[in-house]
Amino acid sequence: MSDVYVVGVDMIKFGRFPERTVPDLGAEAALMALDDCGLTIQDMEALYCGNLGQASGMVGQRLLQQIGQTGMPVVNCANACATGATAFREAWTSIKAGLYDLTLAVGVEQMGKGLLGGGGGGSGIPKEGLLGSGTMPAVFAEAGQEHARQYGTTFEQFAKVSVKNHHHSTMNPKAMYQIETPLDTVMNSEMISYPNTKLMCSVNVDGSAAAVLASEKKVKELGLMSRAVKVRASVLTSDPWQERDLVMPDVNSCTRNAAAAAYEMAGIGPEDIDLVELHDCFATAEILHYENLGLCGDGEAGRMIDDGEVALGGRIPVNVSGGLLSKGHPLGATGIANIYEVSTHLRGEAGGRQVEGARFGMTHVIGLGSACGIHILEKVA
Amino acid sequence: MSDAKPLPVVDYLKLPDDGDPYLEGQKCSNCDAIYLGERTVCSKCGARDTIEAVKLSNQGKLYVYSIVYRSFPGIEVPYISAIVDLDGGGTVKGNLINVDPAPENIEFDMPVEVVYRDALGRKDKDGNSYLSYFFQPISSKLGTS
Ligand SMILES: [Zn+2]
Repeated sequence: MSDVYVVGVDMIKFGRFPERTVPDLGAEAALMALDDCGLTIQDMEALYCGNLGQASGMVGQRLLQQIGQTGMPVVNCANACATGATAFREAWTSIKAGLYDLTLAVGVEQMGKGLLGGGGGGSGIPKEGLLGSGTMPAVFAEAGQEHARQYGTTFEQFAKVSVKNHHHSTMNPKAMYQIETPLDTVMNSEMISYPNTKLMCSVNVDGSAAAVLASEKKVKELGLMSRAVKVRASVLTSDPWQERDLVMPDVNSCTRNAAAAAYEMAGIGPEDIDLVELHDCFATAEILHYENLGLCGDGEAGRMIDDGEVALGGRIPVNVSGGLLSKGHPLGATGIANIYEVSTHLRGEAGGRQVEGARFGMTHVIGLGSACGIHILEKVA
Repeated sequence: MSDAKPLPVVDYLKLPDDGDPYLEGQKCSNCDAIYLGERTVCSKCGARDTIEAVKLSNQGKLYVYSIVYRSFPGIEVPYISAIVDLDGGGTVKGNLINVDPAPENIEFDMPVEVVYRDALGRKDKDGNSYLSYFFQPISSKLGTS
């Protein structure tokens, strides 16, 4: 099976674009990724398009109606917050399978403001605020509290995640926000669902990202190896049975399983990873994933954030893009935006936030329900 | 309608004609996994036709919680969203009541009991009232005196 490379990748600056359409946003990122490698839509053999909000709306085809109806196969996919990573993985899989040499993956989302999750659902009366909370900030607060009950993790340690990621985003012009948020600002912002304050919740934004993937033969033929990024592992998992499943989504097991499989596929370990873009949908979640991804031992995540090991310049920088907390979280686009961020560092093109000498990078997303996607990328040139 | 018997807020809350309300679990006789709500296949072990209804305990321990300050329009805040491991098995989510909603008043593993009350006055479109379940701390004084 051929090795697979990312040859073109880009994302639009995340923001709020209510006057635009989903296919329009996706088309913009697709053209940017094509331009990044000097190829055209006519060169692409298949499109894998990730979008959640219009999952039944043929977004991929509508995107091609804007930039080139070549008649190529299009697969539209939805997989909660793992949607973008899933589209990317399908593009990877088809090259691995030998079907194609050049594929395009696009992730796009247009979102409103406000709370996700909870809601009515079912018959009878609304259950929100009656049988606890199904809002995402509360669900991830409870997930973080599981770490607190095991290891004594504090509100302040969770808040430090947000301070770090907001700081990182000041160096990323494509992030939604570039604003420093000191610890007292984070801790004193509006409490949404203890221990998650408003600044510890990811930002709902519109956004899109795209990647052009190529077989090794094609990369060489096109002379694109100098900026190519090698996909060393691509893994997707769902959540294995867990005793509290019905009332408490388990974001840990599927991540641990995916991480173990990804390290095995890549033939490397966490000690080899130079930077990680992980799923910080809430500050509480990031803490869990340091351990889930093996970046530290169990129970050491609090110390990791206290010691600055996960900040730019630290032992293993996490979310140097600003993460979902400050770069923003357009659900279907997030997985491919992570690929863009890591690829940019591996190419040495990340400017002020560059992780020096980065060779291996990891991306991680998790969609509740649950789906976890992990990719390990390697610098080639 | 006002004298009518309330409806259960979820199908795993049982209101027997001749007894007290209780929560019902669905237990797999093959692997002991406990579910809420009726089902025919066990998603832990995959066994079929091994699911039996069991009465869940009205006592348990607080596993985790969040204090919710922002919810959907019309939902009164703050409230404590709690996940409770019931004694003898089964994990249930609900509101923890009769505790001032502040972290210093809430401890992991604190003993709680399940109590059954009207569903905060919420009615469905036909005007039916509902009975819900809540958690409240088991007073340590009761246990020691
Ligand atoms: Zn079973």
